[in-house]
Amino acid sequence: MDRTPVIVGIGLSDYPKTPHLDGVQHHALAAQRAIADAGIAKSEIDGYVNASSNMMIDDPVTMSEYLRINHRYIDGTMTGGSSFEFHVQHLAAAIKEGLCDTALVTYGSDYLSRMGRSLGTGGFQRPGQRVAGPIQYEVPYGNSLVGAYAMYAMRHMHEYGTTSEQLAQIAVGVREYATLNPNAIYRDPITIDDVINSRMVADPLHKLDCCAITDGGGAFIMTTAERAKDLPNKPIYVLGAAGAQTHWNISQQSDFTTSAGAQSGPEAFARAGLTPADVDMIMFYDSFTITCLILLESLGFVGRGEGGPFIAEGNLRKGGSLPMNTDGGGLSSCHPGMRGMFLILEAVRQLRGDAGEAQVPNCKVALAGGSGGWLSCIGVAILGNEAPG
Amino acid sequence: MKNKVRNATEFLKPLPDPDAISSEYWRAATEGRLLIQECPTCGHRQWYPRALCTECSSDTQWLECSGLGTVNTFTIIRQYGMQPFKQELPYIVAMIELEEGPLIMGNITDCDVETVRIGDPVSVWFLKIEEGIGIPYWSPDA
Repeated sequence: MDRTPVIVGIGLSDYPKTPHLDGVQHHALAAQRAIADAGIAKSEIDGYVNASSNMMIDDPVTMSEYLRINHRYIDGTMTGGSSFEFHVQHLAAAIKEGLCDTALVTYGSDYLSRMGRSLGTGGFQRPGQRVAGPIQYEVPYGNSLVGAYAMYAMRHMHEYGTTSEQLAQIAVGVREYATLNPNAIYRDPITIDDVINSRMVADPLHKLDCCAITDGGGAFIMTTAERAKDLPNKPIYVLGAAGAQTHWNISQQSDFTTSAGAQSGPEAFARAGLTPADVDMIMFYDSFTITCLILLESLGFVGRGEGGPFIAEGNLRKGGSLPMNTDGGGLSSCHPGMRGMFLILEAVRQLRGDAGEAQVPNCKVALAGGSGGWLSCIGVAILGNEAPG
Repeated sequence: MKNKVRNATEFLKPLPDPDAISSEYWRAATEGRLLIQECPTCGHRQWYPRALCTECSSDTQWLECSGLGTVNTFTIIRQYGMQPFKQELPYIVAMIELEEGPLIMGNITDCDVETVRIGDPVSVWFLKIEEGIGIPYWSPDA
């Protein structure tokens, strides 16, 4: 029996703004659509995974009860936005080992409707609050989520001469794809000047260097290549997946020019028996423009310090050598807080050849690179539409 | 070395909730001393303080720092949703590379935010909030 892990179903809930749905409903709606897309019976699902940490609301065991999943395998790994790439790694092993046969992964968030656009600069503590744990060493200083990523951009510019114009090219290219996505939250084309003239949020990151905040949810179904033979969709193979962590809180990063992808990238490629040159398109967690640059370099697509010029040449844009974030990304389409789910879903859509105007020609290998925390936990999933050799 | 300690009149920012390990760190700051940890077994130095050496897992010892460092990286925070930070905008959040090695987070104060650069030398100062809690800050060397 061929237990090669494959993705056979994907589902998106509704986005970008859905005040009629709460987070749990996003999980459920995405699950319904993924199950229907896969063409399986719900009762077949014997593995369940989600990354929520809202205990008693939509954490893995609560959601498992809500969805009534009779699981043999459950995983609640939460590495921030990269959780879902880690889930692919874990499920690939679990399915190969026979710990489960058919697993459902779900995500749902009503962030925009519930919290507004507070994620990047809102502050997470109340005035005068006493804060325990390692974050106690940071809270007196008023850093923001944007500020944490800005410190990478500042250091990268210092060491390698990377420019705001080069970073802006990322936002421009992703927006170009968003114009093709009717659901994207921002769909008007933008220019490099628009990005660098947008207001500075945390130097050197401008407003248009920062991702959107939306509502949304997603789900996918992984099973064995054997089971996929009887299912309607072309199976998408998990060729290699890996994860790594350098730190969690930003004050514990020791090198603001790279990420744990320098470890998980090469491991994922080794497992797949591929190199970056084999990848036809990338889905990177574009929380900020700098996130993509750091991932590009640390995963080995270009050398350290080479990202800026590579991006300026337009390689990541539609028609470029390495198209990125063809759904419009977190920068312009959908970012409900943990975007790693959508990296997997869009990679699958591309590998199925279902991406319409955004389709990357002859797309056989796609890489999802998730960043969790503050470029802390980097999960990499390499997917393909041909069975591994 | 004793470093400059100022007394806070009113401090409305979030504060540490000192624990068994961190209480010594925050108390030392009220006395003008910046502490990191050094491992007596392998020599590794670390910030923030922990219950073990992250390199070799041995017990650690405190090491009093010179209070001198350089700017490893920084940002100018220009948007923040919560008071009292909001009224202090724009301000600097930086990672300071200590003379002793480790990086430490802090604000760089007492300067025009536009003049801060990576590599700038900075010195620590402390704001005493209450008994047992002082907060390290940094100011540029003249």
